[in-house]
Amino acid sequence: MNRRLETRPGEWIDRDEPLKFSFEGKEYTGFSGDTITSALWASGERILGRSFKYHRPRGILSLSNHDVNILVTDMEDTNIRADVVNVKEGMRLLAVNTSGGVKKDKKRWLDRLSAFMPVGFYYKAFHSPRKLFPFWENVIRKSAGLGEVNFNYPRTIKTKYHEHCDLLIVGAGTAGLSAALHAAKCGIGITLVDENRQAGGSLTYDCAGDQESKTVLRNLLDEIKHHPNITLLTGVYAAGYYTDHYIPLVREDGITNMRAKAVVIATGAYEQPPVFRNNDLPGVMLGTAAQRLIHRYSVRPFDVGVVFTANDQGYRVALDLLEAGVEVAALVDLRKKAASPLADKLLQLNIRILKGYCIYEAIPTGDHEGVKEVVICPFDESSGKPDTGDLVTIACDGIAMCAGWAPAAALLYQAGVSMRYDNTVNQFVPNKLPKGVFAAGKVNGRFDLESRLKDGQRAASEVLSMLSETSIKVVSEPHEGNTPSHTFPFVPHPKAKNFIDFDEDIQLKDFINAAQEGFDNIELMKRFTTVGMGPSQGKHSNMNAIRILAKIRDLPVEKIGSTTARPFFHPTPIGHLAGRTFHPHRLTSLHDWHQTAQADFIAVGAWLRPAYYSIAGLSRDDAIIQEVLSVRQAVGMIDVGTLGKIEVHGPDSALFLERFYTGGFANQKIGSTRYALALDEAGVILDDGIVARLADDLFYLTASTSNSAMVYREMQRWQQKWQLDIGLVNVTGYYGAINVAGVAARKVLSKLCKASLSEQDFSFGSIIETVIAEVPARIIRVGFVSELAYEIHVASQDALTVWVALMEAGEPEKIRPFGVEAQRILRLEMGHSICGHDTDGLTNPLEAGLMFAVKPDKPFFIGQRSLQIIRKAPIRKSLVPFLLDHQDGMETPKECNLVIAQGDIAGRVTSIAFSPTLKQAIGLAYVSPELAIQGGSFLIRTDNGSLVKAIVAQTPFVTSQIGDSKK
Amino acid sequence: MPLRLLKYAFSKEHPDPAFFTQPDSLKHSYDAVIIGGGGHGLAAAYYLAKDHGITNVAVLEKGYLGGGNTGRNTTIVRSNYLTPEGVKFYDTSVRLFQELSEDLNLNLFYSTRGHFTLAHTESAMRTMRWRAEVNKHVGVESYVVGPDDILKACPQIDISCGGNAPILGALYHAPGSIARHDAVAWGYARGAYQRGVDIFQSTEVWDIKTSGGKVVGLNTSRGFIATNKVLSAVAGFTPRITDMLGIRTPIVIQPLQACVTEPMKPWLDTILVSGSLHVYVSQSSRGELVMGASLDPYELHSTRSTLDFVEGLSGHILDMFPFLSNVKVVRQWAGMADMTPDFAPIMGKTPIEGFYLDAGWGTWGFKATPVSGKTMAETIAKDQAPELIHSFRLSRFEDYELTGEKGAASVGH
Repeated sequence: MNRRLETRPGEWIDRDEPLKFSFEGKEYTGFSGDTITSALWASGERILGRSFKYHRPRGILSLSNHDVNILVTDMEDTNIRADVVNVKEGMRLLAVNTSGGVKKDKKRWLDRLSAFMPVGFYYKAFHSPRKLFPFWENVIRKSAGLGEVNFNYPRTIKTKYHEHCDLLIVGAGTAGLSAALHAAKCGIGITLVDENRQAGGSLTYDCAGDQESKTVLRNLLDEIKHHPNITLLTGVYAAGYYTDHYIPLVREDGITNMRAKAVVIATGAYEQPPVFRNNDLPGVMLGTAAQRLIHRYSVRPFDVGVVFTANDQGYRVALDLLEAGVEVAALVDLRKKAASPLADKLLQLNIRILKGYCIYEAIPTGDHEGVKEVVICPFDESSGKPDTGDLVTIACDGIAMCAGWAPAAALLYQAGVSMRYDNTVNQFVPNKLPKGVFAAGKVNGRFDLESRLKDGQRAASEVLSMLSETSIKVVSEPHEGNTPSHTFPFVPHPKAKNFIDFDEDIQLKDFINAAQEGFDNIELMKRFTTVGMGPSQGKHSNMNAIRILAKIRDLPVEKIGSTTARPFFHPTPIGHLAGRTFHPHRLTSLHDWHQTAQADFIAVGAWLRPAYYSIAGLSRDDAIIQEVLSVRQAVGMIDVGTLGKIEVHGPDSALFLERFYTGGFANQKIGSTRYALALDEAGVILDDGIVARLADDLFYLTASTSNSAMVYREMQRWQQKWQLDIGLVNVTGYYGAINVAGVAARKVLSKLCKASLSEQDFSFGSIIETVIAEVPARIIRVGFVSELAYEIHVASQDALTVWVALMEAGEPEKIRPFGVEAQRILRLEMGHSICGHDTDGLTNPLEAGLMFAVKPDKPFFIGQRSLQIIRKAPIRKSLVPFLLDHQDGMETPKECNLVIAQGDIAGRVTSIAFSPTLKQAIGLAYVSPELAIQGGSFLIRTDNGSLVKAIVAQTPFVTSQIGDSKK
Repeated sequence: MPLRLLKYAFSKEHPDPAFFTQPDSLKHSYDAVIIGGGGHGLAAAYYLAKDHGITNVAVLEKGYLGGGNTGRNTTIVRSNYLTPEGVKFYDTSVRLFQELSEDLNLNLFYSTRGHFTLAHTESAMRTMRWRAEVNKHVGVESYVVGPDDILKACPQIDISCGGNAPILGALYHAPGSIARHDAVAWGYARGAYQRGVDIFQSTEVWDIKTSGGKVVGLNTSRGFIATNKVLSAVAGFTPRITDMLGIRTPIVIQPLQACVTEPMKPWLDTILVSGSLHVYVSQSSRGELVMGASLDPYELHSTRSTLDFVEGLSGHILDMFPFLSNVKVVRQWAGMADMTPDFAPIMGKTPIEGFYLDAGWGTWGFKATPVSGKTMAETIAKDQAPELIHSFRLSRFEDYELTGEKGAASVGH
């Protein structure tokens, strides 16, 4: 059956571009500009989807993304909203959530069992006996859900833009267009967005059988074109409102995050269905949906229709239906008294108007594909009851429903607008608006064309006065005449199937029963019935739910309030939200060299560092051992450019460090370095590093690679409190650093450096500023991986020069680079712990054996008070070095294996490694104090549960040479 | 179709009585008053009545039942904590949860799915081993697994995470579960109500009255109540209650956000958590993906949502599941997490006699609902905290005996 009308002015389809596609295996033709639904409806199809719970046949409800009756899949993508997604050539579509096709859905018998599935039924069964629940859960999970996810769907890369504007207007309907034009005269930058593919809102379809709306729209759009400062974007929705007018505008190909000085919300209203038995049959649709079909897609909604209205909108719809050639069998008006100004026009056309009547039920055709007839009867508005003594049947194949509106106020709620219930329009309208947020049009309770135009101008004039632009103050009058929304368009029926939430198959009685069960608060009712929790987020159901609850509790609607409207306005794809993602790593200036030298990298904090340098023919472990041995036997070097590096300048520098670190710095000599330990207020170890004094008022310090950002942040935070006369400069990126370590380190370095490196002139614990390989450098004598080691700090861009020079100068000594893995073994051999590795979120310096770095009696340092308290209590654990009493075939413990004593946890291993130098496993472990006895032993439980004996040892495990003289 | 549903089809009237109804007014005095009608407060009321026969109890809720963090969390229940005290405590909760649907005769959809904490770095693997070893020691089924085991449980995951953060392994925790969070509150409320507890919604506590260091009553928006025992179970509102009594706690309120997608047919059977990517995700019985991330890094007493949260989370979820690109996020929300320095709760007695605290639930409150209710009920009934919650006492902060659970927080905070 072809329902396509003759070509009509203003239609959204392009008849010169026919498109072929299939739905449920059958071929169809539509036109470019058709949505999937409009093309199918034009071809005479009725059952386009199945409902979520009862698998009832469904057709068009709103045709505007206010319901999800029709969700389809093209096998690539799922849950496609057919009402608003355009049909494309070659699409092969199936309805989602059916079993064996939308027409012959094998699960349609569920509808007959609905009596067994009252509201919240799943809370009341399936849980006992407990062992059967997994079975039922599986059944329930499989029947819930909508579409099937395609695991091969590609990772899409959507663009994300960030923009600013003076005024963002959401909704390019009457009020939005009018607001834009009024504001544009002052020259401010305006962005006007609308989710529809064409601007105009209800002007594009709500015509009441004449051309006035379309003329008004044409004039408005012509005028908009003359304002270059108005950017009109269609096919774009505002997904949410976030603090300070930050609004993501979602397009098909990405998101623009817009920050506006002011926002006008002119989002209109959602039409709400009246509630009667079988109001969900295919062919029963909202009046505006019928109008959209006619005016946008030139499709006749049905042949013989009944209009069921509870406001004046039904009269407008009836005139549009007539104009499209639909036979209007009757207009059933729930209201007994209210007179529509358009009634006479209909009466002149011999349309039967039944006032004070309701549709008691819609009767399905034998195959349940659509409407056969409606049963009507008188309705008592005051009691809300139909008079079923007087039932009349009218044959028809479609129903247009008009009962009222709910404001599309989600963005207003998110902006923190308080709403009040306005009894003249029977609608929630904004009461108090935050600065910079304005509302206009239907969302603000203005319904007539003239008052919507005026209200747009009024909102714009308020925007302009807020932005200090001169403008004439415009006032818009409140609504006059019949109320656009009926207070209670609900027709009870003993056999129910009178739906309120079409997403979730929730009927009138479900609310009554939920309230009876105690869920008589709107938020509890939402959660118990799941009203508004489906994909359309209550757009067509929340207002009715509020009205029902008000009736049940005998309270005014405003006392019921509304549920919280959370982002998103329309569900928004994860790929859009993600945009392009970035996974930045920091690289040192030597990175390319490492790569050429076959380094295998690991991530350390934000940095990529060489774990080790692979050597052909050697295993990973053997390559690491070679690196360790080269340091022990000759010389090696490692890129430590990733260390945090901070300069503290100013007269209070020493005082600042005295407070920040636990040790003493006030009397530190220029040219010397000190180990520094930082705690938090609770006395927990944060980080350690080296502090070098370069001048009275200049310190240069290092922090560990993974903690450096935190250390700098904490320093800044404390400085905010202390307000000392210092400056902090984070020079982590500015300086590169190279550690040259091993017995031959001095020999290699001497070739490149003029300064005396002798033990007397440059001993452990000092820093010199000198020139190396013709590059200015700060060199620190350190001892982390070897007793003889030099940390050379040079400008990042010079690091490669120095590195290469060292490689050349060290060639006779067989110098080789080493990575983080060897460094960890080397420092363990030296008995050094690593912050964050050998400490955790609660470790204090007593436990970690770092009290040597604490000067407890200085006036103040962070964590001092806590440490004083902690010191009074007995120590609970100690970090001890241990050697493994290794037996052949024994499983080697791993880091974080537990220490076990008398069957209970007595500590854990924090570091363990095979020492190539000692040819034995060594490690560090926390143990309870009674086990921390030199020469004593304890047991470590391995992954497989066996207990391995460890012997408490002394550090350093390895005594290394420092070259020309013993330390 | 279970027999229990027959009655609905064959009875004319809806056969279920109210879960709870509200009395017209407060009594003049109660044996105990519980501030907060969330899961914790209602569970405490339930166990006070059930285990200790104390039924002259009022629960006062400022908003609606379960409207705070009970209704805002991502419903994960697990016990794979880091300290033996924590593991034992949460394990008790898991066991109570397993029997709770039958105990309350309400299907809570308690679904044991198995829980993977993914490790993308060597240091994360170390923490996983630590937790596994402590869990095993206490008798909780957790162990370190490799990428193959993860793929077996969730074949759809991109184990390399787009090459950005390859998964090295995971801590697998067999009892990890999800449950229908709202129903937990409703079930406890019904159980308490049936035993005589009065539940008041839309009722705000204005002031707590003391005399000689003892609680004597409360001023509320419905009038004064005389009582000697008050339990505060208000999560993100804790500072407002403790301020009434001048009790100092180290609690800091930070927002924790979450979001949910459109429903889809079941495909994700496990619960996945990634510390490095700041994601946790499971699929609800309705078919939605329920997703959360780390705490917002600032103090804020508000439940507003932010866009950057959902943008960041989306990027990370696509690292794990690139095929979700066009799956849509329906809704996002936020809760106020009452964070403690050691990521463990604050439970038990306080310096004010008769004032009991159930707080500091940060991001770990839902999973402890039954055990906190049970132990707080015992604390109130006996005026003595049971051994199980000794490590969570308020005075631990003065004594420097913290219960360090930071390493077991679901994602890096």
